[in-house]
Amino acid sequence: MAAAPTPADQVVERVAFTEEAADLVRRLTAIHGPVMFHQSGGCCDGSSPMCYPDGDFILGASDVRLGLVPIEGLDQPVGFWMSESQFGYWQHTHLTIDVVDGRGGGFSLETPEGKRFLTRSRLFTDDEHPRRAPIVRGDEV
Amino acid sequence: MTTYANPGSDGAVVNYQDRYGHYIGGEWVDPAGGQWFENPSPVDGQPFTEVARGTADDVERALDAAHAAAPAWGRTSPAERAVILNKIADRMEENLEVLAVAESWDNGKPVRETLAADIPLAIDHFRYFAGAIRGQEGSIATIDDDTMAYHFHEPLGVVAQIIPWNFPILMAVWKLAPALAAGNAVVLKPAEQTPASINVLLDLVGDLLPPGVLNVVQGFGTEAGKPLASSNRVAKVAFTGETTTGRLIMQYASQNLIPVTLELGGKSPNLFFADVASADDDFYDKALEGFTMFALNQGEVCTCPSRALIDASIYDKFLGDALARTKAVVQGNPLDLDTMIGAQASNDQLEKILSYIDIGEKEGARVLTGGRRADLGGSLSGGYYVEPTVFEGDNSMRIFQEEIFGPVVAVTRFDGYDDAISIANDTLYGLGAGVWTRDVNTQYRAGRAIQAGRVWCNSYHLYPAHAAFGGYKQSGIGRENHKMMLDHYQQTKNLLVSYAPQKLGFF
Repeated sequence: MAAAPTPADQVVERVAFTEEAADLVRRLTAIHGPVMFHQSGGCCDGSSPMCYPDGDFILGASDVRLGLVPIEGLDQPVGFWMSESQFGYWQHTHLTIDVVDGRGGGFSLETPEGKRFLTRSRLFTDDEHPRRAPIVRGDEV
Repeated sequence: MTTYANPGSDGAVVNYQDRYGHYIGGEWVDPAGGQWFENPSPVDGQPFTEVARGTADDVERALDAAHAAAPAWGRTSPAERAVILNKIADRMEENLEVLAVAESWDNGKPVRETLAADIPLAIDHFRYFAGAIRGQEGSIATIDDDTMAYHFHEPLGVVAQIIPWNFPILMAVWKLAPALAAGNAVVLKPAEQTPASINVLLDLVGDLLPPGVLNVVQGFGTEAGKPLASSNRVAKVAFTGETTTGRLIMQYASQNLIPVTLELGGKSPNLFFADVASADDDFYDKALEGFTMFALNQGEVCTCPSRALIDASIYDKFLGDALARTKAVVQGNPLDLDTMIGAQASNDQLEKILSYIDIGEKEGARVLTGGRRADLGGSLSGGYYVEPTVFEGDNSMRIFQEEIFGPVVAVTRFDGYDDAISIANDTLYGLGAGVWTRDVNTQYRAGRAIQAGRVWCNSYHLYPAHAAFGGYKQSGIGRENHKMMLDHYQQTKNLLVSYAPQKLGFF
């Protein structure tokens, strides 16, 4: 399910969406307008990505953007964020946002659809490490 | 009888209704939007009731009821409120099995836990806060001979509470008991994963409270939780959940300038010092149980001891014995009294746990036991079961740093006291921790050095009322389970009174 290693000489993106996840993002965008993601930590629905209307969640210097992911059919790419402290423990892993059947998850937009976004992961290869896409802090955008 | 009948079948001690609305103003109310959602049992994955899909209109209606009830409720005497809380406790006690089976069916946890822990603790919680509010006093401070400062406790008014799905009734009661004792009216939103069991509780005790004092709005976080948490008609928001939603709730609260209490989970270390294994006795047996506590409630506990740190000098022996204890955990039908570990609360929770087992293996951690979804056969095949899983790895790995919220423990070794504390504190969180040692000095020093709000010493997963519970670091704000919780639900009124006959002399 997680994406394959990136070919040589290309920038290695940190985040990807499965086709099913991209499809759900398109549906949610049609209902709510542009969306963003913030990876949660902690208990209950934590350790899962949260999807909000873009701008609903206030970002700051304690957050980093792992990627602006283009999704076919959407006017603007989708930002994927997490707290910088959490990123410290995650930066060696590539994330693929997937969808499973689910019931609830904080205030994330997809839950009334009976779906839940899920983060799948793989390790960056040694070859990919130096080519990982730069991150952007929340106070730099 | 060793197995309770499924709710809705012959011989069941509790039956769910086909459908539950919101509980507003002491009545069951249909959702304003006319929509409902199905609620499956994690035991078999099959829907067993429908629940109101709440929206902002329902939240407003509940807030109307709460605001109508709050002034009179806030003026009742502490004695009157204590009597009501005690009556609630009594009625719950008379219906222990009903509530326990209802809770297991909604959440998937073993009935032996709900019978022995969830429901008895909830009952005691009402009694504790009934007593605490009777015993609470204001204060008088002498400023000088003629000037007195009187401090009174006053309720906040109407408060919002958003409840997690891991202990649906107990977590609701943790928040309700102090709020009601302090004289507040409440609008509470259960988790949409486990919306059902609280309706059984409301059916049992709803008549004991004046209408509007306790209101329950059901629905999804984004549709019902958000309008409640962001309402400018609540005086406080209490939330148990995870960090991103916790930040959102603080963000909304900042716009309304109201306080919050947050409990956001952890990645709790469980430390086993070398002297634990100095004798093969009851204490050693107790410590092995302490290790295995990661499987309590299927690991769906904010304080799950999901990192076991073992002194290198006893590592092989202790871990070997701990693995044997883990393999002896009986997984099965949650309604069977012999079952020790039941079902995860939802399908997405199951999938998340499996995704963490996957990244754990990719990072090079070794699965020592478990590591797979469990298929229990028959009707239980549709349920959400995971084998108790023990990983061996390094504290920098993601399975050591993120709350998996499943029956998964990550084990590593330490070399001496300083290394133990260093690893224990190498985490973003600080909710719970365990310290196991026969040496009282080590116990004390380690307990004080670990940056966590609750350090169990030679014990784990005890949650008695009268012991403060809450987080350091990113685990949250505020404390529950203790009379100090009353402060989180009260204003302080200061009357500063001058008895001096003379003017100050400024004008």
